[in-house]
This record gives sequence, structure tokens and C-alpha cells, in this order.
Amino acid sequence: MTARLGLGLARGVSGVGNRAAAYTLRPFSAEPKVLFGQYLANARNTEMLFDSIGDGKEVLTKEEVQAFLEDVKPFIRPEALDEIEAKAAGECLNREYFKKWLVLATRFDSQRNSKMAKYYGMLGEQSGAVHKEPKSWNESTMAQNLRRMQYAVRGQVVMKAETLMAEGKEIIFTNIGNPHSVGQKPITFYRQVLALCDLPPQYGVDHPEASKMFPADVIARAREMQDAIGGSGTGAYTGSQGVLKFRQDIASFIEARDGQPCLPGNIFMTNGASSGIQAILTGLIADMNDAVMIPIPQYPIYSALIALLGGRQVGYELDESKGWSVSTETLKAQLDKAEAEGLRVKALAMINPGNPTGQVLSEEDVFTICKFCCANGIVLLSDEVYQRNVYAPGKQFHSAKKVAMERESELRNLQLVSFHSTSKGLIGECGRRGGYMELYNIDTFVQTQIYKLASAGLCSGVNGQIMTSLMVKGPEEGGESFDLFIKEESEIMESMKRKAKMLVKGLNEIDGIDCEDAEGAMYAFPRIQIPQKAIDAARKKKQSPDTLYAISLLEDTGLCVVPASGFGQADGRIGFRTTFLPPDDVMEGAVEDFKRHHEKFCEQYA
Amino acid sequence: MNQNMRNMEYAVRGKVVITADSITSSLKTNPSAYPFSKIIYTNIGNPHSVGQKPLTWPRQVMALVDLPDDVGVDNPNVSKLFPQDAVERAKELKSYMGGCGTGAYSHSQGIRGIREEVAEFIEKRDGGIKCNPDDLFLTNGASTGIGHILTACISGPSDGVMIPIPQYPIYSASLALLGGKQVGYYLDENKEWSASIEELERSLKEAKKNGVNVRAFVLINPGNPTGQVLSSSAISSVIKFCSKHSLILLADEVYQENVYDPNKTFISCKKAATEAGMLGKFEMVSFHSTSKGIFGECGRRGGYMELTGFDPDVQAQIYKLASSGLCSGIPGQVMTSLMVKGPKPGDVSYDSHENEKKTIFDSLKRRAVMVSEGLNSIEGFECNAAEGSMYLFPKVDMPEKAIQEAKKQGTNVDTLYSLSLLEATGICVVPAAGFGQEPGRAGFRTTFLPQEEEMKQAVELFKSHHEQFLEKYK
Repeated sequence: MTARLGLGLARGVSGVGNRAAAYTLRPFSAEPKVLFGQYLANARNTEMLFDSIGDGKEVLTKEEVQAFLEDVKPFIRPEALDEIEAKAAGECLNREYFKKWLVLATRFDSQRNSKMAKYYGMLGEQSGAVHKEPKSWNESTMAQNLRRMQYAVRGQVVMKAETLMAEGKEIIFTNIGNPHSVGQKPITFYRQVLALCDLPPQYGVDHPEASKMFPADVIARAREMQDAIGGSGTGAYTGSQGVLKFRQDIASFIEARDGQPCLPGNIFMTNGASSGIQAILTGLIADMNDAVMIPIPQYPIYSALIALLGGRQVGYELDESKGWSVSTETLKAQLDKAEAEGLRVKALAMINPGNPTGQVLSEEDVFTICKFCCANGIVLLSDEVYQRNVYAPGKQFHSAKKVAMERESELRNLQLVSFHSTSKGLIGECGRRGGYMELYNIDTFVQTQIYKLASAGLCSGVNGQIMTSLMVKGPEEGGESFDLFIKEESEIMESMKRKAKMLVKGLNEIDGIDCEDAEGAMYAFPRIQIPQKAIDAARKKKQSPDTLYAISLLEDTGLCVVPASGFGQADGRIGFRTTFLPPDDVMEGAVEDFKRHHEKFCEQYA
Repeated sequence: MNQNMRNMEYAVRGKVVITADSITSSLKTNPSAYPFSKIIYTNIGNPHSVGQKPLTWPRQVMALVDLPDDVGVDNPNVSKLFPQDAVERAKELKSYMGGCGTGAYSHSQGIRGIREEVAEFIEKRDGGIKCNPDDLFLTNGASTGIGHILTACISGPSDGVMIPIPQYPIYSASLALLGGKQVGYYLDENKEWSASIEELERSLKEAKKNGVNVRAFVLINPGNPTGQVLSSSAISSVIKFCSKHSLILLADEVYQENVYDPNKTFISCKKAATEAGMLGKFEMVSFHSTSKGIFGECGRRGGYMELTGFDPDVQAQIYKLASSGLCSGIPGQVMTSLMVKGPKPGDVSYDSHENEKKTIFDSLKRRAVMVSEGLNSIEGFECNAAEGSMYLFPKVDMPEKAIQEAKKQGTNVDTLYSLSLLEATGICVVPAAGFGQEPGRAGFRTTFLPQEEEMKQAVELFKSHHEQFLEKYK
């Protein structure tokens, strides 16, 4: 199987002509459907698919386009289908144009990032050949898995926001859980220990004036950490799983939290939770028939990584009318459907507390999901990065590990990986890229392979490791820093609680906006009702309605939110995700702005 | 599980190292279990783990950048612990972060102010050739940059990348993981590990014949594990080769500061491409890192890559990939900034900083010569001078019986030899097979990073072990 670059290149366009020799004409045959299936599954064989269309000619006839579409129609987004049929009805189609249309028309997700949107807009204007001189590494020759990967948190709306900011407009970034970027102060103790750990001892812990700048318990902890790291200090690679002492700190933290034993050998320290999730998915997804069940709505790191690794995502919908809960029936139905399509469901991602949905699962909910995974031989990936962010009175975080161990007799053979991070909680140290994952009941061979993968990245960043150890083990009671630490933590917690409540209440007071309680995490995920005319206008602009809404909100108020479609949602639902991280007064203003903009928007499209 | 992951090999942390780690733990319980008291790790370029001290000033700035203002730069006692220029540099870095500090995610390509400093550094290094901060991506060490680029160019099992043999295993490992093909081109040990154009053409032709769609070419300069420093004309011919065959050039330049041979200088691929009139006419990515050089700040995971000649659409996709990891770690970004912009002449710390750097560099240089000469003095060893980088890659004549024994054990003679060396002397090297080599060659890679006294002992131990080994397999 040799990749081909299409007819233009067969004619020897400069720079890539050397590959033309491999080009062979391929009759327009029954192949498209098979190739299209592979293309949808993992974006492989894209060039073969393209070559199978239209006999290698530069121009496709109406009949050829229609014959192809007959085969693949069910996979194509309706509005894209309307468009191509209208175009093909009158005239012959340029092959390059058709290829590009096809790639765009079959995206998994309704939201486009700005680059794609720009491309799409450009294609709308010109139906002729692409004029620029092709590079050998271009959009059709690059890894298609990467090309099709979606990452909404930093998508079109954010890019627009960055442009507006560069033009001098004030932007309130509520698109991302990045607390320090919107005014949350770092916790002093953590930073002081971190700073001392990085200083060579004679300029830090052993400096005669050290106590003039650093409290005694900070110096003691930094010394302890420097000892744990060993003489090589923070500038050396550590063991691939992370410094043993830090993993022991984590294990003690988990034991105290769950009342169940935890082995440091099962802990891998990671660069934030993301790199852990990536490592595990890399180990799980073997080919295009391997699938991972993810909640809808979900945090897009899952869909993005699955696409990148060439696997398939199988969504299970959370029920908004029942506080974003999930039933065994839904899970089972989705699993059966996936299996009927020939997919092998390898893993299931559970996010608790939920992102973007903010629900905190009850012990029974966690058990239900564990049981489902257990019964079906599915590895459970438990994303618990918001475990400290629980605001609703009466609600409590229950780790999957605790449930798995407490009810071991009913959950025998549950395979579980849990993730935690320094980026969320009250610590909010996103830039540090700290975190860990805990493997529970994972096959020994697989675990050694994950170790190997961790080794290839050498180790997670040492500053992130230090911060993780600090997160799980703060200053001791009675120490000089203890009171300040408690004060700083509780101020952050109280403020988040207040803002969560205030935001949700404020949003619910707006006519046409409904929002579930933010019981935990850092987000509200309201659904909105907008006039039909706005939906039509979005369709005309080839945008999802919530992107149209989010951009209008951004331009009008400076609030940068993420369109809900970036997380996935029930058909017909429209909404957005906003954090409640900016300071109280800014959030109060934001609620006003949400209201004012919504009224204006509805009026504009009335 | 993912079979690509299963097939991936990563020798630098392979069997010999795992054995070394278990020896370390058994020495703790039983100090007399082995004829040595500790392991000498020469398997990995991890300078601080074997006694190299961190440079003071960058650490001081870093500490201040992490401290909240009131307990850091604005603390009334700050001057008791920190020099003035560290305080000012910390303030400058904080100003780039616009109030977010080091605890927030940055722009996915890295903090703009830091990228501007890197761009200035590159311009100065290359004699004024323009560098656009928008083409720079700050990364977690060079490894993540390499991972991003390979991810973007490997589409399927027929896509391949040309890599040198011997090579640093991050390339073979990443390719195996991504399901692409590695297409090796041999470096000629008899010609100071250079690669001839004939060899490159041969390798490419053979790959094409096997149906491999070769997408990219890896050049490591100064070489790892081979230590050679390439001349301008050698780089130019690689550039022409890549351009002629539409290959993306991955220029691994992480050892650019580690050049010890007084007759050699580091020339970047960017500079060579400019001189050949090729810059921007083909895709090139250059990688750098805070882990090597004089800094040796491996644990920081700092580095950058510079893209030139890219299709803007592909560059946008690489940005997307970077944004899915949110951003590289801020401490690594800060260290990268400090690596490319130290104290200025006249600043309080200037002299001490330069002195510390020079001490490290001179010592590395002495060790490079001493170890290389020492190895060459052993009968049956052949070792090129380390012109650059941090490694020596000697060829060792192995007795036939040892080769047979290795076969019997289902391993290669390099591994047998390295394990024997480890158990007899405590020196932990990497078997040469982990980097790839010509059929029939055997040997290992060792760093010369442990401190000078220790390195001198190591040379003696290499010698005595080799004699024992020959005796055993006589």
C-alpha cells in the first residue's frame, strides 16, 4: 500500500513528483464503502479512498459524485450533504474540491476549530484548483488522526478571544479551569517549599539568613524533600514513576482518604492528569475497532486522544433531567450497540466530580459504573481531578478505588486506573504540570509496559512532583505556616462555593437559560433556548448554534465561554460551559452580562 | 493491549538499568553482596544525578519567580538571600506572565516573552538569521517536541523515517509506538561517524523498494551516542538530500553547547540551510533542551523546537496537538529562558555564573579526553574521540565463546557484556545494540558525566573487567 497524492502530483508538481511513479489508476468501484469505513474509523487509507473516487480524473461528473454518495450517505452530516448535492447538480466537480469537502463533511463533531472553518469558508468561495504550491507534508498527507482530533477548550472561540485581546479588548476567560490566570493566588507554603527545593542548599536551606525569608517549617519540609530526591536535586531525571518518597506521601494520602491500603509501586507520577490519560489510552487502543466509552457531555481530552490514537469513542449520555446521572440501562444499550458494530469496548471513562457537568456521584452511582465495567471486562478510567472541589451541602466525593475495595466481593476483577492532578482542587497549580495515576488490579505485564512508556518520557517534571507531594501533605498543625495555609485554603474554598451558587442562581434567573447545580468541579453547563432564526443563521455560517452564540457573547461582553457542542450533548440541546473562577465581583458582573447579552441576542434573531 | 507499545524498546532504561536498580536496593540490605559499594550510573545523560552541581543564578531566579511577590521579590529581606540581578530577572519573567504567575497554563506554544528571548538567542547564534517567535514551541524537554512532530507525520504502517544507526532510541521507540517504519542509515565509524550521500541514497532507495513512504529524516548533531560534530558541508549535503526527496528534516541539536574538540564548532542546520539558500524551502524542525549543555537541568523538562518551511495548515495542526497537552511546564519554560539569556556583563552574578559554566565545561572536556584515551588503551577496544555531546561509544572485540553464550541465553553479546561489567564493577552502561550498529559490531555507550575522580576509577574498572571477561570466555 503506497500513499498517493492524487492526480495533480501524478503530473509532477515540483518537489513531490518523485512519488508520482507509484501512482496507479484505480477504477471507481465498490471499494469506497469499505475504504470509507476505515477512514471513518481511524482516518487511515485516506489517500486510497481519494484515489478510488472518479478514476483519477481531475473533474468528477455528477453521476460519479452521486454514485459515491449513495455508498456513504449515512455517514455524512446532512447540511454538508445538501451543499455537495446542490453543487454537483449543475456541473462537474473539481476533484480536489471534492476531497476537501469529504474530509470536512465527515468530521465526528459538529464544532470546527477556526483553521478548519477558515478553510471551509475559503472553499465556499473558490471551486477551482488549489493554487498554492503544495508542500510534501500538508493537510492530506499528514497524520489524519491528528487532523481530525478536536480540542474545543482551545478552539475557535478562544482564538477569537485572543485576537480581540490583542486588539485591546478586555476579555474574561471563563473557558478554562486555569485558576491562577484569573486572579486566584497561589498558596504561600507550597511556593515557599518549592522555591527552597530548587535553590542549591548553600543559597537556600543552609543559607545563614534563610530564616529571614522562610518560615521554619518551610525550611524543614524543603530539607526533607531535598533528602528524598537525593543529592542530585531537582535538576536530574528521577525514577520513571517519580521519586519514591513522594509516591509514599501519595499512598498515605490515598489510605487516609479511602481507609484502604495503597501501594507506592502502583503510583505513577505524571505531567498533569493529561499525560497519564494519554499513557493509558495508548496502552489500550490497539486498532480502529477498539473503543472507549466516554460520557456525553465529556471533557474533550478523551475524544481528542481517542481520535489521535485511531480508536473509536462510544458515548453514553448523562441524563440532564436527573442531575447528570447515568443508568446501567444506558450503559448496556451503548455497549450492545457498539459490539453489534464490531467494536471492542476496552475502557470506560468516568469523570467525578463531572466536567463539564459538575455533578458529584453518590457512592451507589460509582458502584453502578464499577459493576458495569466489572461485568463486561472493561477497564475503568476514573478521572478524579476535582475530588476536592465539592460544594453542595450533603455531597461527598467517593473514589472508585474505595468503592472497588470496600465492595471487593461484588467487584472482583475490576481493573481500574484513577487520575489526580495539581491543576484543580484548591491548589490550582496548572502551570506546574503535576499529577499522578494509581493502577489497581492491572495485569502485571501491562503495568511493565506502562512503566516502559513512562521511561521513554524519562520522568514527569520534578517541580510537578514536588507540588504533588505538597498537595497531598500540607504543613503540619502547630507549624509556623499552618494558620496561614488553612486561611488561604478556606478562603479559596468559600469563594468557590459562593461563586458556584451565585452563578447557577443568576443563570437560572435568565429567561431561556436553565442550569443544573454545580455540586462540584469548577463549571456551570447551562442549556439555552435561542430563536429558530439564530439556528438558521448558524447553519448558514456553517457553525454550530452554540458557537454562534458564544462568539456573539464574546464580542458583546468579553466573556469567553466554550460552546457546549465541544463537549458533546443531546441532539438539539444548545448551551455553553463557563467556569466560576474569576473573582467574586467579576463573576457578579458576568452574570449581569450573561443576562443582558441573552436578551439582546434573542431580540436580534427574533 | 496496544501491540505497537509492546514492540517499543527503550534501551537507555532497559534490562541493564533495571538490574542496576535492583543491585542498588540489595546493597542497602547487604552492603557486601557485591565487590563495590555503589552503582556508577553512566547509562544516561543525567548530569546532576552523578554530581554535577546546578548553576546557582538560574536556580535563584527560578526560586524567586515561583515565590509569591510578598514573600519573594518584594520581601524586605530578599537582598539577604538573593543577588540584585536575580531579583530583577525574576521581575522581568513575572512581567511576561502578566500576573498569572507560574501556576497558570500559558499559551500552548509557551509564554510569548520567553519565546522572544529564545528567538533572540537563535538569531545571535546563527549570525543574524531571522527567527520568528511564532515558529517556536516551548516543549517538555526535546522528547515531547519530537513526539509531536512524529505524531503529525506518521499516518500508517507504510510511513517511515530515516534515522541514523547508531541513534538515540527515542526515535526508534516513538516510531514503534506510532506504528511507523524506521529506515536506518549507517554512520561510518571509520570516518568519524559521518554519513555519505551514497549511503543515504541507498537506504532511501531500499526503503522505497519495500513500499515505505519515507517522510522525514533525523539528524543528530552533535551525535548521540556517537559524539561527532558535523561540518557545514556535511550538514549541507543532508539538507540537499532532504530537499531533493521532500523529507522533513528533524535536527536534534540538544548537544549544541557540548563541543570539546577545539577544531570543531557547532553549526546549526538553520545556518547551514541559509548558507545553502534552502531555508524555508523545505520543512525543518530544530530541537533544543535544558537537559544537556552546561545546564544539565533534566528534571526541569524544558526545551523548544523551531519550525521553518512549514505549510501553515500543518503548523496549525501541530499547535492543536500542543494545545491538547495545554502547555509545557512553566518551570521548564523559565529554565529555557534562563539558558538562552543569562546575566549581562557588569551584573553582580555575571562573573560567578560564567565561572561556574566554565568549570563545568572544562571538566567535561578533560573527562572526554581522559575516558576516550583510557578506553583506547584497552586491548580490544576502539573508541573515537568525543568531539561533542556527553557519550563515548567504544567498539569491543568480543571472544567467540561469549558470542555463543549470549546466543544460548537468547540475548546479544552487548547485553551479556554490559551485565557482566555491571555485576563485576558496578558500572552501568547501555549495550550498543540498544542504539543499533552494523552487524557484527559489539560495544556499549558510556557517559563521561560522573565526577573526575570517579571517572578515573571507572577507566581502571573497564580495563580490569575486560581482562576478566576475556579470561572467562577464553
